[in-house]
Amino acid sequence: MPFKRYVEIGRVALVNYGKDYGKLVVIVDVVDQNRALVDAPDMVRGQMNFKRLQLTDFKIDIPRVPKKKTLIEAMEKADVKNKWENSSWGKKLIVQKKRASLNDFDRFKIMLAKIKKAGVVRQELAKLKKENAS
Amino acid sequence: MAAKRKTPVKTRNPDLIRGVGKYSRSKMYHKRGLWAIKAKNGGAFPRHDPKPKAPAAAEKPPKFYPAEDVKKPLLNKRKPKPTKLRASITPGTVLILLAGRFMGKRVVFLKQLTSGLLLVTGPFKINGVPLRRVNQSYVIATSTKVDISGVIVDKFDDKYFAKEVEKRKKKTEGEFFEAEKEDKKKLPEDKKEDQKAVDASLIKSIEGVPDLKAYLAARFSLKSGMKPHELVF
Repeated sequence: MPFKRYVEIGRVALVNYGKDYGKLVVIVDVVDQNRALVDAPDMVRGQMNFKRLQLTDFKIDIPRVPKKKTLIEAMEKADVKNKWENSSWGKKLIVQKKRASLNDFDRFKIMLAKIKKAGVVRQELAKLKKENAS
Repeated sequence: MAAKRKTPVKTRNPDLIRGVGKYSRSKMYHKRGLWAIKAKNGGAFPRHDPKPKAPAAAEKPPKFYPAEDVKKPLLNKRKPKPTKLRASITPGTVLILLAGRFMGKRVVFLKQLTSGLLLVTGPFKINGVPLRRVNQSYVIATSTKVDISGVIVDKFDDKYFAKEVEKRKKKTEGEFFEAEKEDKKKLPEDKKEDQKAVDASLIKSIEGVPDLKAYLAARFSLKSGMKPHELVF
């Protein structure tokens, strides 16, 4: 099984640990065997250990250590944000965040909706079964 | 005693540093206008002789002297502070009761009484919780709020909820052996009317929000996988 996601300049990664947990960052340079220089539009460029990063499928086209403005333009051109939010990984994270922030009333409404949906499904299933049996 | 001033005395002698005023004694005498008060009074500072006191009643010597000196307890002037209401609890908040007969019920908060307890109502028609007092510590405040503007709660205070004092009849021997003929205490009609009055406008605003009525009618319980320290209420 060959590797598919490489550490390279322009690789978009998700921060796994620490103060910037959950943020999408771009690898902008490699410091040494364990660390990378990492940058994002809303943070100060800094070093991060690779162990704190999870590589994603996305890569943008930037020169080594670009200016902030260049970085932001490249990210807009590659449309990283939308691509991320439409990927299954990104969608999962959004749903997790939504579930964690649910109110007690929201949880109640969701329970009612689940029961309703299950009822509809069961009705359809019963209908299909009846058609099949006859 | 002299009459109390309406505003506290503002000193006319500002501090240069702590302990040293800007003006000397003679300057302060002039600033305070003591010379004018004296002049008005004909050269001497006005003085009021003490009013003649009524003669104090003659004290009788006590009937009983204890064998050893009895110590008096120290004077305690401590006043307990009013109970602080959590910032998350505002009038109209839906609360979850955690203990007692109605534990798990979701209930609407009306106001905090002077004793610190929270005045709360079901509403009664929705979940059977009447106008009731509840302690803040036994309550989870959710972030769901109900519109409470149409409700008048001024007439409710701690005295409203005080227990009825019943007179005890002296029983003769025969009545002792009879079964206790106490009938169940009925709720007085005016309390029922109060409940209906409070709930009328509340129920209207609750029915304006979809699913809120069913939400208040249901009880809260922890299910499998729910971690209370991670739940957002």
